Amino acid sequence: MEDLTKQQAGGAASYADSLTRYLIVHLAILALAGLQFVIGYQHIDVGTMIFRMFAIAILEAGLAVVFFMHLGSENRAFVTWVALVTLFVFAALQYSWTDSYRMERNAPRNYQTMSPPPTK
Amino acid sequence: MGAHPAVHVRSSPFAIPTKKLAMWLFIIADAATFAACLLAYGFLRNGSLNWPTPFKFFPTVVNAMVMTFILITSSLTMFLGVRDAKNGNRQAAFRWTIITAIGGVIFALLHLREWMGLIGEGVSLFHNPWGNALFGASFFTITGLHLTHVTIGVIVLLVVGVRYKSGRFDADDLEITGLYWHFVDLVWMFVVPLIYLLNVSR
Repeated sequence: MEDLTKQQAGGAASYADSLTRYLIVHLAILALAGLQFVIGYQHIDVGTMIFRMFAIAILEAGLAVVFFMHLGSENRAFVTWVALVTLFVFAALQYSWTDSYRMERNAPRNYQTMSPPPTK
Repeated sequence: MGAHPAVHVRSSPFAIPTKKLAMWLFIIADAATFAACLLAYGFLRNGSLNWPTPFKFFPTVVNAMVMTFILITSSLTMFLGVRDAKNGNRQAAFRWTIITAIGGVIFALLHLREWMGLIGEGVSLFHNPWGNALFGASFFTITGLHLTHVTIGVIVLLVVGVRYKSGRFDADDLEITGLYWHFVDLVWMFVVPLIYLLNVSR
């Protein structure tokens, strides 16, 4: 019964947590953001730079979602649902890549690597 | 006559307030919108041989640092507002909400100042003095979409904050508004590296 009440309150119990934890999360996100600026001035190739910055951005976003948006203290079924729907939406976005290659090269990507037809 | 607890659980999927569920659905859909814009930008940037890298450390990168600090800190103040609201402290919750809104206003003003600087240098949607003409279109579209979210967020914070203080809205309404504000902050964490830091001049 107590669990049901907590669930109906939408994770309200988590707001009674120590403020120190959230200050640490805030400082951690600021530090990670600072690290992105440092990486922006490193002399590395663009691919590596994007990978590092993106990894840090995902970490920052994860901290914000779990602590500030309180997804970490929601009920497990809801967290699973949010994760699955988000993954589906982002996977569906990748559908456009095939068309992007067509736009760039005026043909599907593998067409470019095909051998020319034999001449008689 | 009070309803049986089981009735409440069944009436809301996942046993959370329906408004919160709707906000999460909106956030997922909005994340897809931003992701589509950032993917399109990435495709344009990688497919271009003369993509400009015009952003100097001062003023652009320093400005982006200050804006990032303000937005991340406004997430903390938003959290403090929701925390006080959940603890029943209306006055403190209202105060933190207004501080959050002020952070959003400062962020928007800094952003507009930066836009004016770029426009002054000759950057428009389909023209710039440095290279690929689509640089302006991608920059203004993505940062403009984010700025629109911030502006809407500030308005919603003020409306919900005032109504919460007067007793017409409850702590759940403030929490849901907070979810939106944290999302706006979260998106900025991806916009800064991809739009600003990949385009710094060396």
